[in-house]
Formats: sequence, C-alpha cells, structure tokens
Amino acid sequence: MEHALRNAETATVTLQINGALHTLEIEPRVSLLDALREYLGLTGSKKGCNQGACGACTVLADGERVLSCLSLAIQYEGREITTIEGLANGEMHPLQEAFLEHDGFQCGYCTPGQICSAIGMMREFESGLPSAVTSDVSSTAMKFSDEEIKERMSGNLCRCGAYVGICEAIRETYQSGARR
Amino acid sequence: MKNFAYARAGTVEAAITMLGRQPNSKFLGGGTNLVDLMRENIEQPDALVDVTGLQAGGISELPDGGISIGASVRNSAVANHRLVRERYPLLAQAILAGASGQIRNMATTGGNLMQRTRCYYFYDEAAKCNKREPGTGCDAIGGFNRMHAILGTSENCIATHPSDMCVAFAALDAIVHVTGSKGERTIPFEEFHRLPGNTPNVDTNLGPDELITAIELPALAMAKNSHYRKVRDRSSYAFALVSVAAALETANGKVRSARVALGGVAHKPWRAHQAERVLNGADANAETFRRAAEAELAEARGFGYNNFKIELAKRTLVSVLSELAESGKAQ
Repeated sequence: MEHALRNAETATVTLQINGALHTLEIEPRVSLLDALREYLGLTGSKKGCNQGACGACTVLADGERVLSCLSLAIQYEGREITTIEGLANGEMHPLQEAFLEHDGFQCGYCTPGQICSAIGMMREFESGLPSAVTSDVSSTAMKFSDEEIKERMSGNLCRCGAYVGICEAIRETYQSGARR
Repeated sequence: MKNFAYARAGTVEAAITMLGRQPNSKFLGGGTNLVDLMRENIEQPDALVDVTGLQAGGISELPDGGISIGASVRNSAVANHRLVRERYPLLAQAILAGASGQIRNMATTGGNLMQRTRCYYFYDEAAKCNKREPGTGCDAIGGFNRMHAILGTSENCIATHPSDMCVAFAALDAIVHVTGSKGERTIPFEEFHRLPGNTPNVDTNLGPDELITAIELPALAMAKNSHYRKVRDRSSYAFALVSVAAALETANGKVRSARVALGGVAHKPWRAHQAERVLNGADANAETFRRAAEAELAEARGFGYNNFKIELAKRTLVSVLSELAESGKAQ
C-alpha cells in the first residue's frame, strides 16, 4: 500500500474502531488519542501526560497495546483499534468485573488504560514474550507472578496508588482463563 | 505541533524518492520519540514519510549463523524471537529493559538507532543547547547533569544516547545496512553514532538521504553466555544511569574472549575496548575484572551531579563479568 504525499492541511483518514469504520477529515498531526476523544466522542481513553509516560491513553491495535497519544491517527489506517468502549459486549469484560471486585481503582482516570494494557499484556505473556524480570530469556518456562505483572504493567501509572487491587484483578482474570 | 504532510512508502526506493522530493522531511517509524519531539517543537519537519509498512520487516537467519533484523521490526518482536533469545540473550534483555510494553510494541529497530538524547536541556526550548541550536551553549555543563555523560564528552555537549538495545548491538559488532539515493552500503555499528565534538547537532553518520534497512548480527557463539544489566533510579520504565552489555567466554580459568559495551555514559553506545584488552587472556577473576573496569574508566570525567557514575560503571562492569564467569563455567 502506498500513498502519494498528502498535503499538510487535511487528509481523509478511515479508522476501524471497535468494529466500526469511521472516516474523518483530519490533519496529519492529529494523534490517535485526539481522533478518538475529540473527533469521535470516544472519551474513555484518557489524556494524562500526552508524552508516553503515563499509559492512560493505552488502546489495542490489532490486539497489541499501544499508546494512542504517541500515535498519529493517519498511521493507524488499516489497523483494528479497540478502546475501552469496545470491550464490553452486552456485559462487562471479565477484567472489568475483576477491577470492580478487587477495587482496582480510586478516581478511575487511569483505569481504561490499565485495562486495555492488561489485556494486551496477558496476550503477550501467552505468546511467550519474556520480560525484564524473567530470569532466563532463552527459556520458554515463565510464571505469571506478581513480579511479572508489576514489571509488565510499569507503563501504566496510578496516582491513587490502587496497584494492589489492579495486580489482583489481573492475576485473577489471567488464572481464571476468562480473558479473551 | 506544527502540521506536516504525510506519506506512506511501499518500498525502500519509494521512501528515499519521497524524502528527496520534499525539503525538510523525515522518515517516521513507530513515532515514540519523533512524535514526542514534534509535540515539544524540538523537531519541526514539513513532511513525514512513514516507513513502518516497508518490506524491510522480518528477522531471518543468515548462512553463517548470524541473523538479520529488518529495520521496521518492532522491539517486542525482536525480544520475542527464538534466535535472539537463544543466541543473543543480552539483546533480548536490553530491549526488555527499555521503555514500557506499549512503547516496545510500537518502536522499530531502525527508529531505536535514530532516537535522540533525553537530556532535559535538549528538550527545553528555553535552555541553551548546542545539539538543538548549534552555537548557543550547553546548560547541562554546570547544570543538573545527573543523567549525563562521563566518557567522550566535549565542551559543547555532555548528552547521552538513551538506547538500551544499541548497547547490546555495540557489544555484538552489529552491522547497519542502509540504502540511499546512491545505493546500498553498510556501516559498522561502532561508526554509526558519533561523539559530540564540535557538532553535537549531528547524532549519526547516516546520510541525509539514507534509510536504515536492516541490522545484521554476525554469528557469535560466545554470545550465548551474555548479559545486559541496567542501573536506574526506578526498577522499571526509566532511562539508564549506567548499563553494561557483556559476553564472556572462559576456559581453564582464563578469559578466552570478552565483549563489553556501556550505556548511559556517553553520546554513543560505548564499546569498552580498553576493558576487553585487559580481559583477553587474563585470569577470569574479580581482580582482573576490576582492572578492566579501571582501564575503561581511566579517562572518565564527571560534571558534578554525575560523578557517581564513574564508580557505578566500574562496579556494574565487575558485577556483570563476575556473573558471566560463573554462568560460563556451567556451559
């Protein structure tokens, strides 16, 4: 796929978000986060730092967790974006239930990013991706421990300090096998 | 952020042509550094050529047992590749020590080489910075320079290169494959990044019309016994104060071969040739490792807040080599 150089004013960008196609007339500089929040009214993804430090804007692109604030919307054409709004399918996602059950939040601002990040993280773990605390990266044997969860979730900050509940919610969801 | 034109390239040749056609244009990879710098007005391109969709993707095994990593392969994919994990564990460890899970899913291999310093003064438009604006001075010298360089600095710049991955590449003698309007060439990893000298605004020896297409890792059996250790202010998601990438081969209590590189200490990933000279052929013990560390850091110079890095680098080096001497015995 190749595009001619598009002018600096606006471009027609088609995004697939939570299963629906949206065509926007936006400037190339519009981030995926701003496209979601300001142009499509999907305000679940949050703008915390807007510089890739806090993780509040985390969404899934083709199932992989990414930071929508450091993503240009135009770069994500052709990819399937899932936001927090797309997780509940009539009923809440098992990880959303677990966050409620384990009190994995206080103010809730970081929660959409935490949940999208954790879903991507669990998939990464299942794919066999090691982490900085995995003792032997050449081995495929890994344990879904709290140490692994904390390291793998270090890109999501919670200023209320609800980490204990967040960690419990993720561990329980992973162990129950209810993730998707 | 200033607005810009955007294009997505389908081939390496098209990417280079597009870049040449538009003045003040840049290649765009995962965007994890460039988009941030553009938002801060540090980078102000008029056009971006997106190279993430190029066929330069994928990781392949080379006939000699080395591997080739396509420039658009994401960090997570490199760290999770079987050949990388088995043959070059220090590279997987270095990647996983950097950034966060989200960023590793976005950032590309080529982009990692091209990322710019995280010096606070480089990021602060109100500060003097010879890297951002040549000739204005350096506020890091005499300023808060805890994260800054201790080796290879100049009176113009004491910034460090922020990459973890590149420290492993330096130890592994990686080869950078690039293509430009005049054709293809290779650059030995050690010659890819530059020391600041009088032109700290120029980070690399990549030509203005050149695109990184792949990183080649030559076969290196000893890299199986290798390690990357990163020392930082937080245990996760922070840049290195000091890091060490090393591979060690020992036999009968002697060092047969050593590869060592340091991160967080210089304007470029720092290959520790002085340390390697001391190590090769010497007894594989703590005393040798300390001598190697002393030799490498002999020319080190602190700037106040970063003086601690000199001793920290030595100790980290000794610690990693001691660990590798032990694990090497078992292999």
